[in-house]
Amino acid sequence: MATAKNGNPSVVPLPTADRYRSGVIPYKAMGYWQPDYLPPETDVLAVFRITPQEGVDPEEAAAAVAGESSTATWTVVWTDRLTACDAYRAKAYRLDPVPGTGPGSSMPQQYFAYIAYDLALFEEGSIANLTASIIGNVFGFKPLRALRLEDMRIPVAYVKTFQGPPTGIVVERERLDKFGRPLLGATVKPKLGLSGKNYGRVVYEGLRGGLDFMKDDENINSQPFMHWRDRFLFATEAVNRAQAATGEIKGHYLNVTAATMEDIYERAELAKELGSCIVMIDLVIGYTAIQSMAKWARKHDMILHLHRAGHSTYTRQKNHGVAFRVISKWMRLAGVDHIHAGTVVGKLEGDPLVTAGVYDTLREPATKQDLRHGLFFDQDWAGLRKVMPVASGGIHAGQMHQLLTYLGEDVVLQFGGGTIGHPKGVQAGATANRVALEAMVLARNEGRDIWNEGPRILADAAETCSPLRDALEVWKDVAFDYASTDTVDFVATPSAA
Amino acid sequence: MRITQGTFSFLPDLSDQQIRRQISYAVERGWAISVEHTDDPHPRNVYWEMWGHPLFDLRDVGEAMRQVQTCRAAHGSHYVKVNAFDSTRGWETVRLSFLVQRPPVEPGFDLSRDEGEGRQVRYALRTRTR
Repeated sequence: MATAKNGNPSVVPLPTADRYRSGVIPYKAMGYWQPDYLPPETDVLAVFRITPQEGVDPEEAAAAVAGESSTATWTVVWTDRLTACDAYRAKAYRLDPVPGTGPGSSMPQQYFAYIAYDLALFEEGSIANLTASIIGNVFGFKPLRALRLEDMRIPVAYVKTFQGPPTGIVVERERLDKFGRPLLGATVKPKLGLSGKNYGRVVYEGLRGGLDFMKDDENINSQPFMHWRDRFLFATEAVNRAQAATGEIKGHYLNVTAATMEDIYERAELAKELGSCIVMIDLVIGYTAIQSMAKWARKHDMILHLHRAGHSTYTRQKNHGVAFRVISKWMRLAGVDHIHAGTVVGKLEGDPLVTAGVYDTLREPATKQDLRHGLFFDQDWAGLRKVMPVASGGIHAGQMHQLLTYLGEDVVLQFGGGTIGHPKGVQAGATANRVALEAMVLARNEGRDIWNEGPRILADAAETCSPLRDALEVWKDVAFDYASTDTVDFVATPSAA
Repeated sequence: MRITQGTFSFLPDLSDQQIRRQISYAVERGWAISVEHTDDPHPRNVYWEMWGHPLFDLRDVGEAMRQVQTCRAAHGSHYVKVNAFDSTRGWETVRLSFLVQRPPVEPGFDLSRDEGEGRQVRYALRTRTR
C-alpha cells in the first residue's frame, strides 16, 4: 500500500448518528474510503487515474469517485437507512501516486485510485448497466480536474452472465478453414463515392489476389452514391466469384450500421440471406445495439466484426477518458468476434506495450497483472470465447516481420492503401501481402530470427513474386515514427497488491 | 487453376525438407500431426479422408514424413495436406494446415447462379470432375 492514511483521521469513520445527520459531509466520512477493505473475488474492481483539483485531498477525490459511481449524491440522504447501504457503497481501497507526475514533473499530481464494487450493484449481462455506474456521472465531477478509467477486473461470477463473442477465434478459423497464419484483409478505398458495381470490383480483385476478407469502411452505410442493398448484392457476387477462382472461403464485412435497430436487423437479414459469413458494426451504435447484434450473430452463425469508430475521442488522452483496454474488456463481454485494436507500426496511435496488453485481453483465456502492459489486475475469462484483434491503418507488406513479431498469428492484418495503392493493381497488392505473410510465417516456423532477418526474407520471397518486389520498392521508406500519447506509467517494482 | 487453401499455398510448393521443418515446429509444440487426402477440394468439404490416426505423442519427425510419403504414393492424383492439432484447453483445434501434394491437373470449380427476386442470386459452387 503506497499511501499512508494521511487524511484527517477525525473524518473516518463517523458514528452512525453523525453520519446520517442532514447536510454535506466529505465522501471519505460517508464510507467511500476504506483503505483496509479487502475485496472479495466477486467484487467488480476498477482503477481510475485521478487528477484532483488544486487543494483537493486525493483520498477525498478517490472517495468521491467511488461515491459518484455508486450510491452517493452530494448530500446526506436519510433514505440510505432503508438499504444495506454499507454493501452497496463502492469502496476506494487503495491510492498510488502516478510515477512521473506532480512536483518535479510538468504534470499535475495524478493518482491511481482502486475502487471495489459489490456484484449486486450490476444487472447480469448488461454492459449498459455496468457502464452507467462506472462511467455514468462521475467524469464530469467538478472537484476532479480529469479522470480516466484505466482498467477493470470483471469477476468470474459476472463474466458468466455474458454471452461473449458469437463465434470466437477457434470457431472462426474452423469455419473459414484457415489456420497457422494471420488472416488478411483490406478496406475498400476510396471509402466514399464508389458505385455498387465499382465497389464490388475492388472486393473481387482483393479477394482474388489472395486476401481472406474485404471490408466496408466505418462510414459506408447507405449514401446517395451507393445504397446498402446495391453494395450487398455486388459484394456477394465478388465473394462468390473469388471463392470459385481460389477454392478458399472468402468474406466481405458488410457494414450493417444504420440509424435504428430495425434498419440494422433488416440489413443483417439480407446479409444472412445472401450467404455472407460476416457482418460488421461500428462502435458508435452503442453498447446495447452491439449486444443485440452479438445475440443475432450467435443465432445465425455469423462472424461479427466491430470497427472501433469514435473510440479515440475518449481513449487516447492519458489523463481523461476510458483506456482502450477497458473498452476491449467490455467488447469481449458484449460479444464481438473482431475488434480493431492497433498495429503498433501503422499510422494510428498504438504504443507496443499498451497494444500487447490489449491483445492479451482479447485473446488469452486469462491474464495476470502486468503493469508494464497496463494490466492492473488478474483477469480470468472463464472460458469466454476469444476475440480476433484487427490491425488496420497504414501498414504494408514491408513491415510483415514487425507485424508478426508484435501481433502474433491470431490477428487480421488489414492492408487498405497497402493493397489498393499497389502500382500494378489491387490483385497484385493482395498477392504481395499474402506472399509476404506466408514467407514470414514459414521462416518463423523454421526457427529463423524474423525480427532481424525480415527484410532478407521478404527480398528472397520477392525473387519469385514480382508484385511483392513492386510493393517493397514503393513503400520502402514508409514508417510512422511518432511518440505515442497513450503509454503506461509504472514503477519497476510496484508495491504489493 | 491452383487452389490456395492451406497456410503456404501462395509460396512455391514446399520441398520435403521444408515440410519436415514445419512438422518439427509443430511436434516441438506438442501438436499431433495428421495426414489427409481428397479428390474434392470444395472449400466446404471439411472432412478429407484420414490417412490413419493423428500421430499423438510423436517424437520422430521421420515417422510423420513416412506417412506423407505413403499417402502420396497411394493417392497420386489427390490433394494431400498435413494438419497439426493442438489439444491445449481453449484451442482444441488445428493450428497449422498446409498442402503437401496437388494433383497433376487441378480441375477447379464451376459457379452457378440462379436468379431470384429482388436481384438476389443463389450461388452454388461445384467441384469440376475430371
